[in-house]
Amino acid sequence: MREITLSKAVNEAIAEEMRRDPTIFVIGEDIAEAGTPFKVLSGLVTEFGTERIIDAPISEPGFMGIAVGAAMTGSRPIVDLMFGDFLFLVMDQLCNQAAKTHYMSGGKLKAPLVLRTNLGATRRSAAQHSQSLHGLLAHIPGLKIALPSSAYEAKGLMKTAIRDDNPVVIFEDKLMYNDKAPVPEEEYLIPFGVANILRKGSDITLIATSSMVQVAQKAAEILAAESGISAEVIDPRTIVPLDEETILTSVRKTGRAIVIDEGHQSFGVTAEIASRINEKAFYHLDAPVQRIGAMDVPVPFSPVLEDLTVPTPQIVVERARRCVKGELFYAA
Amino acid sequence: MSPANTTNSEDYLRMYRQMVRIRVFEDHANQLYLSAKMPGLTHMCSGQEAAEVGVCEALEASDKITSTHRGHGHCLAKGAEFKEMFCELLGKAEGYCRGKGGSMHIADQANGNLGANAIVGGSAGIATGAALSAKRLGTKDVTVCFFGDGALGQGLLYEVMNMAALWKLPVIYACENNLYGEYSKVEEMAAGPLTARAAAFGIETHVVDGQDVLAVNRLARDLVERARNGEGPFFIQLDTYRYYGHHVGDINREYYRSKEEETFWKTKRDPIANFGKWLIDEKIAADDELKAVDKAVRADAEAAVAYALAAPYPDAAEVRLHVFADNAA
Repeated sequence: MREITLSKAVNEAIAEEMRRDPTIFVIGEDIAEAGTPFKVLSGLVTEFGTERIIDAPISEPGFMGIAVGAAMTGSRPIVDLMFGDFLFLVMDQLCNQAAKTHYMSGGKLKAPLVLRTNLGATRRSAAQHSQSLHGLLAHIPGLKIALPSSAYEAKGLMKTAIRDDNPVVIFEDKLMYNDKAPVPEEEYLIPFGVANILRKGSDITLIATSSMVQVAQKAAEILAAESGISAEVIDPRTIVPLDEETILTSVRKTGRAIVIDEGHQSFGVTAEIASRINEKAFYHLDAPVQRIGAMDVPVPFSPVLEDLTVPTPQIVVERARRCVKGELFYAA
Repeated sequence: MSPANTTNSEDYLRMYRQMVRIRVFEDHANQLYLSAKMPGLTHMCSGQEAAEVGVCEALEASDKITSTHRGHGHCLAKGAEFKEMFCELLGKAEGYCRGKGGSMHIADQANGNLGANAIVGGSAGIATGAALSAKRLGTKDVTVCFFGDGALGQGLLYEVMNMAALWKLPVIYACENNLYGEYSKVEEMAAGPLTARAAAFGIETHVVDGQDVLAVNRLARDLVERARNGEGPFFIQLDTYRYYGHHVGDINREYYRSKEEETFWKTKRDPIANFGKWLIDEKIAADDELKAVDKAVRADAEAAVAYALAAPYPDAAEVRLHVFADNAA
């Protein structure tokens, strides 16, 4: 099978959907000729023109709001938000307007839009261009949240997001844009709410999202090679909706779990998933559910400091070893 | 009063009736609040009827509006019915939003009302997006974005007016300047002329007497037609007045505006009384005909209130419905 980059996969997904459905347009900053700073949308303007690949001024709340209104009136907009950190600029339009429109109108109005943005630190971009804010949005009822972990996932989840009748926020890991993976030529979609079991195992379950999936995979390889520990790796793919059953089934089998996510650890995705495991698989647990998130600090610029803030395979390996040995009953 | 050249007697009487409907609706909403029959609170638009009706009477059913927390008048003027509106105000299942929106979120999609909005200025993006949709999809619909002078403090409005002007969108920004944003005078909160804000983007602006339904309607017809032909966007400042306080509970308001001022607007500038007088003077309607309209509307409202009070609340199972639209991805 051919291999393409995550960037190319996203580009293909949007182009294919735009050919299928003329109501789709993309709006954002420097997305047409510039093709975005990461060049993810390069070439789309050549095929679809500036009527459908719309360069907007640097007015994130403005074009987010425009997308909501367009979505309510027969269009299917894709909003390109250059950095996930800019979500704080669009919160009213996304969370008070888009997320609530369907509910507040008693099901009469819909806002079928996609907000594509990114997450991920270690690009040496400092505190306002490095955050992973998906957990924050997952707190708001009415938004679906997709977290692709490879080029294959990015294409299939993007196509599903575009066809969904709800506001969907899709976070790409900005450090993975050039990572290649096998992606079929023929069309496929990845349904929301169906987790992917990337590796089967029997001693411990590693639940990892987005950028942390490759961290968990690497950790599982090390655990198998160096410690004889068999780790199962699960990528939920979407945190709203969340495939609770796949996670619970795995934990009931292994009796141990670590949840790994690049959002800040406190009050975030790791807390939510760990809590659901505790609530629904408590009597199957042989050790307390562990959480590994990003450090609760603004992302620092200095590489030496920044690298300390994100989970690494080594951190996961160490925690998994202690978990399996039964060393974690009182403190992590 | 200045006659509108494109309207006939039937149009005049419909405008009169629509204004009376809004006034009567708000009187009943106030009574429901004062008698503790309505949950929460509401923001009444009495006094602003000419602005709402004058603009909406220039629109087709498929044209869109976005509205505000003071939105009952926009909703009625765009074609909504008493029964579903009172049901919504009371949180009943037969309300326009099945009781889930309430006074501040009434939406009536069938009549092109994309919804009231409880965030001041919050619908400016939605209105502009609806206009972008119309332009892209070639529907020829025009969108009117209603907002009050208080929304002039919101940055979103300036971002979307800029884009509407750049992209020549069929949207009309209708600023109902009722002189007060919540409990503050407009001149204490907005520097410079209100229209200068839109003019800075090269948007054609107009100021109109928002108490003169014919003047508002004549201007709105002209601008709607031109917006439909690709000449938009436009900005209208509708000078008007709200008779009640910011909301139903804002009773003692002399610290921010005088009783004399309120009395002046209610007695000298009332849009319904003045229009009624004009209709009689111009021999378009007789006094008893107008009284019959008032009476019929009051009877409709009383019946609708009685219906809504007796109507069932939503089933408890509805609380989890409509968080997401059905097409499960």
